[in-house]
Parts: sequence; C-alpha cells; structure tokens
Amino acid sequence: MEKPTNHRAWLLVLPVLLAVSFSAVIPLMTVVNYSVQDILGPEQRVFVGTEWFRKVLRDPELHGALRRQLGFSLAVLALELPLGVALALVLPRHGRLASLALVLLGLPLLIPFNVVGTIWQLFARGDIGLLGVAINALGLEYNYTANALDAWLTVLAMDVWHWTPLVALLCYAGLRAIPEAYYQAARIDGASTWATFRFIQLPRLRGVLTIAVLLRFMDSFMIYTEPFVLTGGGPGNATTFLSQYLTRLAVGQFDLGPAAAFSLVYFLVILLLSYVFYTAMTRTKEAR
Amino acid sequence: MSLSRLTAPLYLLASFVPIYWLVGMSMKTNEEILGGFTLWPQSPTLANYVTIFTDPDWSNGYLNSLTYVALNTVLSVLLALPAAYAFSRYRFLGDSHLFFWLLSNRMAPPAVFLLPFFQLYSSIGLFDTPWAVALAHMLFTVPLAVWILEGFMSGVPREIDETAYIDGYGFLRFFVRIFLPLIRSGVGVTAFFCFMFSWVELLLARTLTSVEAKPIVATMTRTVSAAGMDWGVLAAAGVLTLVPGAIVIWFVRDYIAKGFALGRV
Repeated sequence: MEKPTNHRAWLLVLPVLLAVSFSAVIPLMTVVNYSVQDILGPEQRVFVGTEWFRKVLRDPELHGALRRQLGFSLAVLALELPLGVALALVLPRHGRLASLALVLLGLPLLIPFNVVGTIWQLFARGDIGLLGVAINALGLEYNYTANALDAWLTVLAMDVWHWTPLVALLCYAGLRAIPEAYYQAARIDGASTWATFRFIQLPRLRGVLTIAVLLRFMDSFMIYTEPFVLTGGGPGNATTFLSQYLTRLAVGQFDLGPAAAFSLVYFLVILLLSYVFYTAMTRTKEAR
Repeated sequence: MSLSRLTAPLYLLASFVPIYWLVGMSMKTNEEILGGFTLWPQSPTLANYVTIFTDPDWSNGYLNSLTYVALNTVLSVLLALPAAYAFSRYRFLGDSHLFFWLLSNRMAPPAVFLLPFFQLYSSIGLFDTPWAVALAHMLFTVPLAVWILEGFMSGVPREIDETAYIDGYGFLRFFVRIFLPLIRSGVGVTAFFCFMFSWVELLLARTLTSVEAKPIVATMTRTVSAAGMDWGVLAAAGVLTLVPGAIVIWFVRDYIAKGFALGRV
C-alpha cells in the first residue's frame, strides 16, 4: 500500500528538526567562518578566501593520512560485515543460551572508547600483555610500538573486536524478523543453505545492513580516541588517520583556519561517500 | 555443520579474552601489571575497587555520566517517536532529504567542531551541565533513534491507525494507548542504542564539562595524567563502566532476539 502524502507530517518532525538544528547549524557556520579567515587574535581577523582550502588540499601529509584512512575503513568494512553476518547466522536462537550469547556479544560495544584503547594498549604488549606474549610465543616477531605493520594490524584487530558485535546484533535482529513461512517454503523447494541465505536471508537483511555499513563507515572514518590511546598515531605516522592529523593541526599547532578548512573537506568526503552507500543500498529496493 | 556450530562459542570466547584481561588487571597491583606477564592475578586484591569507591571523584563521575546518558536517551526517544511516525506513515515534501540531513550530523569530524560546540553551550549557560552533553550527543543518537523506530513502526499495519481514528480516538490518545504498546520492543531497542553511543563517547563529553558535570571517562583520563599511570585503578574503573551497559543489554535481549527489520525509504 502506497503511503499517503500529507505535508502536515512536518509538524511531527519539527521537534527533532529544531533540537538537531540547535546543535548542528551554529557550530557548522562557525567552522565555515574559521575556514575563510586568518585568526590573529580575539578581535583581529583577516578574510583570506580560499587560501586555507588550497593549502590543505596540497598538503602531502594530509594525502598520506587520507590514504591510510581509506585503507583502514575499507579493511574495517571488508572484515566486520562478513564476520558480523556470519556470526548472526550461527548464534543460538532460543532460550538461555541465546540470552547469554547476546549479552556476551554486546559487551565490547559498551566499553567507553578510551577504555577500549587502554585495554588493548596493555593486552597487546609483547612483554606483559596476553596477546603480545601469545604471538611472540608462536615465534612471530610482534611489537606494535615499534613495527608499523604490527601497529596497523593491532588497531584493526581492536576495531574488529570492538565493532563486529554491532553488525552482528543488527543482523541477528534482522534475521529473527524473517517469518518462519519463508524457511518452510525454502525447505519444500529443497533449497540449499547457500540458496536460502542468498535469496531469502540476505535480501531481508538489506535494511539492517544499510545502517550497519553507514555506521561502520562513518565511525571508522572518524576514528580517533582508540588509536590515540593505543598507539598515539605511531610508530612514525603509521596509524595517524585523518582525525589524528586534524587534531594535531587544530590543537597542536593551533592552525585554526587550515584545520577548519580541512574539517569541511573531511566532512564533505564522508557526506559524499555515505550518500553513495545510502543511495546504492536503498535504490535496489525501488527497482524491485 | 560441526564447524558452524563451533563458530559462535569460539568467537564469543575470543571476544571475551580482552575483557578477561581488563578484569584480571583490575585485581592486580601496579607492580604485578608492569612487572611481568602473569596469566591471572597472583594475589588477587580488591584494593583498586576500594580506591574508587572511597573517592567521591569517581562516584560523582559515574553519576554525572549516567545523568547525561539518561537525559539523552529519554530526550532522543521522545523526540524521535513522532518523527519516526511521520516517516513511517506519510510521504511529505523533502522527506528523504530531511532524513539524510539528520544522518549527516553524525559525520562532522569532532576535532575542530569541539570549539564551536564549547562556545555555543557556554554562551547559553549550559556549559558544564549534563544538558550540554545530552544535547550534543543527540546529534548522533537522534538519527539512529528515528531510523530504528521507523523500522518497528512500519511493521505495524496502517489499518490499526485507521480503525482507531474511526473509533474516535484522537492522535495523542491513539499514539499513547494503542500504538506505543505495539512498538514497545522498538522503544527498548532504540533506548539501548542511544544509551550505548552516549555512554561510550569521550570527546564531546569531556569538552563540554569541567567540574560540576565531569563524566567518568574524563575522570579516568585526568586521574591518569595527574598521578602517573595507575593501571590497576584504571582497569577497575573500566570494569565498572561495563556494569550499566551489561544491565541495559540484559533488559533488551529479548527485544533484540524477537527481531526487527529496518526498511528506511
């Protein structure tokens, strides 16, 4: 049944609109202001036009951070989505076991970001941490504070541990919403496990997967606190992602103008990529 | 088959190991944590927890965090309910653009935006109150709340609304008496996600508070920098931050297990 058109529905949306605008619009305008001015002092500002934008867009360090960021976010999506879906498929469905599994699964999600970083900082240390000691005992050289690849992999492992549960919880709930009749029909048709997944479960997961992809993309693209605590961006620049670099620019060097210009570019990149994901994943439904 | 049956327990076991490490550390002394590798505490001690429970700084931190998280959860759900109803029942001018705009507020990289947030909430006198953090966190909890609630509401047939209106129910009475009970589990799941994202966030919560409303996550980072690294106390505080979340997820587990499909636009 087609939804009726009713423009008075705006009245129902108004509270959300006002509350969000209040916190969103003024800060955004302020950042736009910073991005076109050279702030020399509280009352001394010079309009500089697009100078900051041109400066940050040519910054080679930013290009490096962007490359690392894209690689990291892609790896996050490539690992967490299949793992989350697979987990959702094999988690117990009924009874106490299901309750216990859901609570255990959800625990990493409920740990504050800085605590996540702290846990892994010690957990992964080669001399006193369980993970580091275990890997070294296998005969592999592992030291996340000195080796760039190790550091990158540790941040990735931490993120997979931290956020795969979100994908799994969403998919689990999505799978539970599929009526039993669908599975009965598949059994009657003699569909294989793969066919059941491909043609019944996966299409019905599209909604929850859209939100999982968007949330994981946006949040991994802005990851800050956890790698900051774990590696501080190092060794060298190996785990300096965009947010770290931005913070260094804004707080460390107090280059507010370029930092603001960078923020806006950063924001637009996330917005653009999210919009691509969003339209790609919601359009398929209309085509159906 | 046996492999797939083992996947879930194995994953859950592996995912519990870092948490075990945190709990283990919370019962060790600093000397033991840094002295060398021990698989479990050699002489388990609760001294770290005693430190936390006897210092009002820590308990205030917990209370402050719980206050703004609760405020945020209640406000987000209350505001998102009518909006989600509008999105699930009607088409209106600019509906899908509006929804994406809501979502886009989650995408502002915090580093530079923290300063204008600070200025905004200072200028209206909300700085260092739970309200500032709750309102700022709504930027990323509200879009999610609208999305999840809309999914649950779309699962309720529209005939129910129409029958109720024909029976003479006004919108408000219908919404509270009939509609809300039908989407109870949706409200539970939404509250869980709002709670979660607000509870774990650090940057905004730390920037928008100083003394009066200092959250637990800030207490942690500041104590650490002041007194060197007191890993044991930090681990104990970390364990305690898990408790409220574990309680909340215990309450909503059945709602999640019942399932929901999200079909925005």
